[in-house]
Amino acid sequence: MSKMPAEATANGTHTPHSEAPMTTFVSQAGHEPLPKLPPDPVMETKALNVFYGDFHAVHDVDLAFGRNEITALIGPSGCGKSTVLRCLNRMNDLVPGARVEGEVTYHGQNIYAKDVDPIAVRTHIGMVFQKPNPFPKSIYDNIAYGPRVTGMKVDSMDDLVEEALRGAALWDEVKDKLKQSAIGLSGGQQQRLCIARTIATKPDVILMDEPCSALDPIATARIEDLMLELKDDYTIVIVTHNMQQAARVSDRTAFFTAKPDKTTGNRTGQLVEYDLTNTIFSNPSDQRTEDYISGRFG
Amino acid sequence: MAPSATVAGPPPSGAGLPASPPDLSPRPRPGETLIKLSLALSAGLSVLITFGIIAAVLGPALSFFDQVPIGDFFSLHDQGGRGVRAAVIPLLIGTFLTTVIALALAVPLGLGAAMYLSEYASPRARKWLKPTVELLAGVPSVVYGFFALFFITPVVLQGWLGLEVNFTNSWAAGLVLGVMIIPTIASRSEDALSAVPQALRQGSLAMGANRMQTTLRVVLPAALSGVAAAIVLGLSRAVGETMIVTMAGGAVKNNSLDPSEPHMTMTAFIAITAQGENPVGSADYNMLFAVGLLLFVVTFVINAISIAIVRRFRQAY
Ligand SMILES: Nc1ncnc2c1ncn2[C@@H]1O[C@H](COP(=O)(O)OP(=O)(O)OP(=O)(O)O)[C@@H](O)[C@H]1O
Ligand SMILES: [Mg+2]
Repeated sequence: MSKMPAEATANGTHTPHSEAPMTTFVSQAGHEPLPKLPPDPVMETKALNVFYGDFHAVHDVDLAFGRNEITALIGPSGCGKSTVLRCLNRMNDLVPGARVEGEVTYHGQNIYAKDVDPIAVRTHIGMVFQKPNPFPKSIYDNIAYGPRVTGMKVDSMDDLVEEALRGAALWDEVKDKLKQSAIGLSGGQQQRLCIARTIATKPDVILMDEPCSALDPIATARIEDLMLELKDDYTIVIVTHNMQQAARVSDRTAFFTAKPDKTTGNRTGQLVEYDLTNTIFSNPSDQRTEDYISGRFG
Repeated sequence: MAPSATVAGPPPSGAGLPASPPDLSPRPRPGETLIKLSLALSAGLSVLITFGIIAAVLGPALSFFDQVPIGDFFSLHDQGGRGVRAAVIPLLIGTFLTTVIALALAVPLGLGAAMYLSEYASPRARKWLKPTVELLAGVPSVVYGFFALFFITPVVLQGWLGLEVNFTNSWAAGLVLGVMIIPTIASRSEDALSAVPQALRQGSLAMGANRMQTTLRVVLPAALSGVAAAIVLGLSRAVGETMIVTMAGGAVKNNSLDPSEPHMTMTAFIAITAQGENPVGSADYNMLFAVGLLLFVVTFVINAISIAIVRRFRQAY
């Protein structure tokens, strides 16, 4: 709570949900009608372009991520979904040769500004990876790692660990073996551990890159349920190749595709359509979106 | 058209069952057999040579303990009289002192270099830095010994630091021994650190850890067994190194723990005594083998202990 910039809550001028009937739809995931665009976005990208060396990976992406919403990024392989996601917490800084142009704002502040510390950004914006990557430490130490390294003030680490594991629906399965290595857990448990590890640092936004792609349907369903629970407290952005998953959990969906450049032939990713998930899946405005979600393309 | 079932010969391309069963019978591969045999031979030979050396050392070493009471061997002082000067504890002290000094220098420097190369250096810097570090490993040990004797002691220790050290002393021998094993520790540790999956680093950084925290708390523990192996390898080289300690460490048995004094190590003892004329089968001759065996046992014990420690603390990924 205290980590959020003050201006984030100072904005009382945005249109309340009920006053925008023309652009209101019933979300599949939520209960209240949502406006067409997030009224009070936690994060936004503005004219985001990403290059890997000379390769133009993503072209002009404008997105807004609403508070306590789940936003899904979908699209064919190689269209730049992971690239965009990694820009949201400056993980692209770690890729040699990667260059980001445009703006990514977090509560109105450009996280690519000169005076922004990427490490500080990542304490607010956590990330769960495609392949579970628990540390080769005990389950307990995995959860405690984030709070320890970020110097969080913690009354009781035991309580925090329990809270995080409960939050990730893992507590009952591991409460008797907190001192055992996390490597001994199943893939689905490891992924929930990674989610628990992320929420233990009390981030504001959680980014997930195909978090269920290595999991069986049961584990996937558990993580989807978990996301729906987490959204009450967090803003979530998820990359997925699973259309049903996007339809089931997300409030909004952004569809990307890769367009070959006429001169170089490079496939540069671009945002085709961004709308409420309902709209994307029932009444998309772009033919390419419709082709993709109906399985005719991609 | 003839029905395809009656057509003999190779199976038709495309789908369907082949007309005749394909030939899956074993084929002779003489080349393969030959290669396997010669590889097995080389593996067997190296094991055999190792055991041969142990046996060759063991024989005279055991006769030594027939000639000399074991208490005289594990003793702080040589017994007076005209018998063999059997005390080995001073030699152990010499080896211990120089090795500890070497490790105190080489572990922090070697690990630091490894962490820098693996976690901080740009790929370009790393590409030329690592071979440069490894080049140090190729310096002949006699050059190091010379360097210790004629530079470290007179110029660095006595000159710059103004220490009152002997002409031969354990500081110089230990420090140069340390310099000698830095590349081993750095290069092997770097291999172990770079082998840690990138996903673990990303996981750590994504939680708001900085690079140092990621390196010390995630990468290093995950690479611990490789890093420990690197240190043990360096340690074994320090324990077994002969030229540096013979030239710069001194040739007197000394029970003091003061590194500014000369100390003969086990290896220096062997090198020096082996040059004397000791008739085969004499106690002096056999003592060489007894000390050699002890050296062997010491190295073995160090290895065993470090394996146990690594088992206890390692974080396998
Ligand atoms: N580290 C990198 N270095 C160079 N090029 C990269 C790198 N990462 C991604 N790319 C390129 O950027 C483009 C977008 O990649 P990205 O991983 O963002 O796609 P994606 O939409 O996540 O695909 P997928 O669905 O297969 O995960 C691809 O053409 C890819 O080859
Ligand atoms: Mg991806």
